[in-house]
Amino acid sequence: MFRRRRFVRALDGSVRVRLSDDDRRVMEWLLPQLRSALVGVEPDGDVPDALRRLFPTAHPDDVDAEADYRGLMRDQLLAGRLDALDRVEATLGEEQLDPEDADLWMGVVNDLRLTIGTVLDVGEDDEVEIDPDDPDAAARFAYDYLTGVLAELVDARMD
Amino acid sequence: MSGSDAATIDPDVADPDVLPDQPWVVLVWNDPINLMSYVAFVFQKLFGYSKDQADRLMRQVHEEGRAVVSAGPRERAEHDVARLHEHGLWATMQHDT
Repeated sequence: MFRRRRFVRALDGSVRVRLSDDDRRVMEWLLPQLRSALVGVEPDGDVPDALRRLFPTAHPDDVDAEADYRGLMRDQLLAGRLDALDRVEATLGEEQLDPEDADLWMGVVNDLRLTIGTVLDVGEDDEVEIDPDDPDAAARFAYDYLTGVLAELVDARMD
Repeated sequence: MSGSDAATIDPDVADPDVLPDQPWVVLVWNDPINLMSYVAFVFQKLFGYSKDQADRLMRQVHEEGRAVVSAGPRERAEHDVARLHEHGLWATMQHDT
Protein backbone atom coordinates (compact mmCIF):
# COMPACT_ATOMS: atom_id res chain seq x y z
CA MET A 1 0.00 0.00 0.00
CA PHE A 2 1.30 3.42 -0.94
CA ARG A 3 0.62 6.24 1.39
CA ARG A 4 1.58 9.86 1.45
CA ARG A 5 4.39 10.68 3.82
CA ARG A 6 3.13 12.55 6.83
CA PHE A 7 6.37 14.49 7.46
CA VAL A 8 8.46 16.08 4.73
CA ARG A 9 11.59 18.14 5.09
CA ALA A 10 11.23 21.70 3.78
CA LEU A 11 14.11 23.56 2.16
CA ASP A 12 14.73 25.65 5.28
CA GLY A 13 15.12 22.54 7.43
CA SER A 14 11.69 22.75 9.01
CA VAL A 15 9.26 19.86 8.69
CA ARG A 16 5.99 20.06 6.78
CA VAL A 17 3.23 18.09 8.50
CA ARG A 18 0.40 16.43 6.62
CA LEU A 19 -1.56 14.57 9.26
CA SER A 20 -5.04 13.35 8.46
CA ASP A 21 -7.90 13.76 10.90
CA ASP A 22 -7.44 10.08 11.75
CA ASP A 23 -3.74 10.66 12.48
CA ARG A 24 -4.60 13.47 14.86
CA ARG A 25 -7.30 11.38 16.54
CA VAL A 26 -4.80 8.58 17.17
CA MET A 27 -2.38 11.05 18.73
CA GLU A 28 -5.16 12.62 20.81
CA TRP A 29 -5.95 9.12 22.07
CA LEU A 30 -2.33 8.27 22.92
CA LEU A 31 -0.87 11.50 24.31
CA PRO A 32 -3.07 11.69 27.45
CA GLN A 33 -2.19 8.07 28.24
CA LEU A 34 1.51 8.93 28.27
CA ARG A 35 0.77 11.94 30.47
CA SER A 36 -1.16 9.90 33.04
CA ALA A 37 1.65 7.34 33.15
CA LEU A 38 4.30 10.07 33.61
CA VAL A 39 2.52 12.03 36.33
CA GLY A 40 2.49 8.83 38.42
CA VAL A 41 6.31 8.74 38.52
CA GLU A 42 7.69 9.60 41.94
CA PRO A 43 11.00 11.43 42.22
CA ASP A 44 12.52 8.93 44.64
CA GLY A 45 10.55 5.76 44.11
CA ASP A 46 10.89 2.94 41.64
CA VAL A 47 9.67 3.65 38.14
CA PRO A 48 6.59 1.69 37.02
CA ASP A 49 7.73 -1.20 34.86
CA ALA A 50 6.01 0.14 31.73
CA LEU A 51 8.19 3.27 31.95
CA ARG A 52 11.50 1.60 32.73
CA ARG A 53 12.93 2.37 29.27
CA LEU A 54 12.22 6.08 29.82
CA PHE A 55 14.30 6.14 32.99
CA PRO A 56 17.13 3.67 32.47
CA THR A 57 19.82 2.81 35.00
CA ALA A 58 23.05 4.77 34.51
CA HIS A 59 25.16 2.73 36.96
CA PRO A 60 23.90 -0.88 36.91
CA ASP A 61 26.75 -2.14 39.11
CA ASP A 62 26.89 0.66 41.66
CA VAL A 63 23.86 1.23 43.89
CA ASP A 64 25.22 4.42 45.48
CA ALA A 65 26.24 6.04 42.21
CA GLU A 66 22.86 5.13 40.77
CA ALA A 67 21.07 6.75 43.71
CA ASP A 68 23.15 9.90 43.17
CA TYR A 69 22.36 9.91 39.47
CA ARG A 70 18.67 9.43 40.11
CA GLY A 71 18.67 12.21 42.71
CA LEU A 72 20.29 14.58 40.22
CA MET A 73 18.45 13.61 37.07
CA ARG A 74 15.05 12.03 37.72
CA ASP A 75 13.17 15.33 38.16
CA GLN A 76 14.85 16.87 35.15
CA LEU A 77 14.12 13.87 32.89
CA LEU A 78 10.51 13.79 34.02
CA ALA A 79 9.98 17.54 33.61
CA GLY A 80 11.58 17.45 30.15
CA ARG A 81 9.23 14.68 29.06
CA LEU A 82 6.15 16.51 30.35
CA ASP A 83 7.27 19.77 28.69
CA ALA A 84 7.75 17.94 25.39
CA LEU A 85 4.28 16.44 25.74
CA ASP A 86 2.80 19.93 26.34
CA ARG A 87 4.55 21.22 23.24
CA VAL A 88 3.36 18.35 21.03
CA GLU A 89 -0.22 18.82 22.21
CA ALA A 90 0.05 22.55 21.55
CA THR A 91 1.40 22.04 18.00
CA LEU A 92 -0.75 19.04 17.00
CA GLY A 93 -2.73 21.22 14.57
CA GLU A 94 0.32 22.85 12.95
CA GLU A 95 1.24 22.26 9.33
CA GLN A 96 4.88 23.18 9.79
CA LEU A 97 7.27 22.38 12.65
CA ASP A 98 10.62 24.03 13.23
CA PRO A 99 13.47 21.54 13.82
CA GLU A 100 13.28 21.91 17.62
CA ASP A 101 9.57 21.13 17.68
CA ALA A 102 10.02 18.27 15.22
CA ASP A 103 12.61 16.77 17.58
CA LEU A 104 10.23 17.14 20.52
CA TRP A 105 7.61 15.27 18.49
CA MET A 106 10.16 12.58 17.75
CA GLY A 107 10.97 12.24 21.44
CA VAL A 108 7.33 11.98 22.48
CA VAL A 109 6.53 9.47 19.73
CA ASN A 110 9.57 7.47 20.82
CA ASP A 111 8.49 7.63 24.49
CA LEU A 112 5.09 6.26 23.48
CA ARG A 113 6.70 3.47 21.44
CA LEU A 114 9.05 2.56 24.29
CA THR A 115 6.19 2.45 26.79
CA ILE A 116 3.78 0.45 24.64
CA GLY A 117 6.57 -1.84 23.38
CA THR A 118 7.59 -2.56 26.98
CA VAL A 119 4.02 -3.45 27.96
CA LEU A 120 3.73 -5.70 24.89
CA ASP A 121 7.19 -7.13 25.59
CA VAL A 122 8.26 -6.59 21.97
CA GLY A 123 11.33 -8.60 20.92
CA GLU A 124 13.95 -8.26 18.20
CA ASP A 125 12.45 -8.23 14.67
CA ASP A 126 8.95 -8.87 15.95
CA GLU A 127 6.51 -8.44 13.13
CA VAL A 128 3.26 -10.01 14.14
CA GLU A 129 0.05 -9.86 12.18
CA ILE A 130 -2.53 -8.06 14.26
CA ASP A 131 -5.29 -10.43 15.30
CA PRO A 132 -8.48 -8.45 16.01
CA ASP A 133 -9.40 -10.92 18.76
CA ASP A 134 -6.12 -10.29 20.57
CA PRO A 135 -6.85 -8.27 23.72
CA ASP A 136 -3.64 -6.33 22.90
CA ALA A 137 -4.79 -5.54 19.34
CA ALA A 138 -5.22 -1.82 20.03
CA ALA A 139 -1.79 -1.57 21.64
CA ARG A 140 -0.20 -3.49 18.74
CA PHE A 141 -1.89 -1.21 16.26
CA ALA A 142 -0.63 1.82 18.18
CA TYR A 143 2.92 0.42 18.33
CA ASP A 144 3.06 -0.24 14.57
CA TYR A 145 1.49 3.11 13.86
CA LEU A 146 4.04 4.95 16.00
CA THR A 147 6.90 3.04 14.36
CA GLY A 148 5.78 4.44 11.00
CA VAL A 149 5.40 7.96 12.34
CA LEU A 150 8.83 7.89 14.00
CA ALA A 151 10.56 6.55 10.88
CA GLU A 152 9.01 9.33 8.80
CA LEU A 153 9.97 12.00 11.34
CA VAL A 154 13.58 10.76 11.39
CA ASP A 155 13.71 10.78 7.58
CA ALA A 156 12.36 14.32 7.53
CA ARG A 157 15.03 15.48 9.97
CA MET A 158 18.03 13.66 8.46
CA ASP A 159 20.37 15.66 6.29
CA MET B 1 42.91 -7.41 50.25
CA SER B 2 44.71 -6.85 53.51
CA GLY B 3 48.04 -5.40 54.63
CA SER B 4 49.27 -1.90 55.11
CA ASP B 5 50.96 -1.25 51.81
CA ALA B 6 49.30 2.10 51.24
CA ALA B 7 51.30 2.84 48.12
CA THR B 8 49.38 0.41 45.97
CA ILE B 9 45.92 1.22 44.79
CA ASP B 10 43.65 -1.62 43.92
CA PRO B 11 41.61 -0.26 41.02
CA ASP B 12 38.70 -2.47 42.03
CA VAL B 13 38.31 -0.88 45.41
CA ALA B 14 39.57 2.62 44.71
CA ASP B 15 36.89 5.25 45.08
CA PRO B 16 36.24 6.72 41.64
CA ASP B 17 35.65 10.09 43.28
CA VAL B 18 39.29 10.35 44.33
CA LEU B 19 40.53 9.50 40.86
CA PRO B 20 39.11 12.41 38.91
CA ASP B 21 41.42 11.93 35.96
CA GLN B 22 40.36 8.40 35.26
CA PRO B 23 38.35 8.41 32.06
CA TRP B 24 34.79 7.19 32.03
CA VAL B 25 33.09 5.67 29.03
CA VAL B 26 29.46 5.96 28.03
CA LEU B 27 27.94 2.80 26.58
CA VAL B 28 24.75 2.44 24.60
CA TRP B 29 23.15 -1.01 24.75
CA ASN B 30 21.09 -2.80 22.15
CA ASP B 31 17.37 -2.73 22.70
CA PRO B 32 14.80 -4.57 20.60
CA ILE B 33 12.44 -1.61 20.59
CA ASN B 34 14.53 1.38 19.56
CA LEU B 35 14.37 2.11 15.86
CA MET B 36 17.79 1.93 14.15
CA SER B 37 17.38 5.14 12.16
CA TYR B 38 16.30 6.96 15.32
CA VAL B 39 19.34 5.75 17.26
CA ALA B 40 21.67 6.93 14.46
CA PHE B 41 19.87 10.28 14.37
CA VAL B 42 20.33 10.74 18.13
CA PHE B 43 24.07 9.95 17.86
CA GLN B 44 24.44 12.62 15.16
CA LYS B 45 22.43 15.17 17.07
CA LEU B 46 24.03 14.70 20.50
CA PHE B 47 27.64 14.06 19.58
CA GLY B 48 27.99 15.72 16.20
CA TYR B 49 28.99 12.47 14.51
CA SER B 50 28.78 12.33 10.73
CA LYS B 51 26.02 10.20 9.25
CA ASP B 52 28.56 7.44 8.46
CA GLN B 53 30.05 7.48 11.97
CA ALA B 54 26.60 7.47 13.56
CA ASP B 55 25.45 4.59 11.34
CA ARG B 56 28.59 2.61 12.18
CA LEU B 57 28.07 3.09 15.92
CA MET B 58 24.40 2.21 15.63
CA ARG B 59 25.29 -1.00 13.76
CA GLN B 60 27.87 -1.85 16.42
CA VAL B 61 25.20 -1.46 19.10
CA HIS B 62 22.84 -3.64 17.10
CA GLU B 63 25.31 -6.37 16.16
CA GLU B 64 27.64 -6.49 19.17
CA GLY B 65 25.07 -5.57 21.80
CA ARG B 66 26.73 -2.30 22.82
CA ALA B 67 29.08 0.45 21.74
CA VAL B 68 31.12 3.18 23.42
CA VAL B 69 29.68 6.48 22.25
CA SER B 70 31.69 8.94 24.32
CA ALA B 71 34.45 9.08 26.93
CA GLY B 72 35.77 11.66 29.35
CA PRO B 73 35.69 12.85 32.93
CA ARG B 74 32.89 11.71 35.19
CA GLU B 75 30.76 14.87 34.92
CA ARG B 76 30.94 14.81 31.15
CA ALA B 77 29.97 11.14 31.03
CA GLU B 78 27.07 11.75 33.41
CA HIS B 79 25.87 14.61 31.22
CA ASP B 80 26.04 12.43 28.09
CA VAL B 81 24.21 9.56 29.80
CA ALA B 82 21.45 11.93 30.90
CA ARG B 83 21.03 13.31 27.39
CA LEU B 84 20.85 9.77 25.99
CA HIS B 85 18.24 8.88 28.63
CA GLU B 86 16.35 12.04 27.69
CA HIS B 87 16.18 10.60 24.16
CA GLY B 88 15.08 7.18 25.37
CA LEU B 89 18.32 5.32 24.70
CA TRP B 90 19.63 2.66 27.07
CA ALA B 91 22.93 4.20 28.20
CA THR B 92 25.21 3.37 31.11
CA MET B 93 28.60 4.70 32.22
CA GLN B 94 31.60 2.95 33.66
CA HIS B 95 35.22 3.45 34.48
CA ASP B 96 37.44 2.67 31.53
CA THR B 97 39.80 0.16 33.11
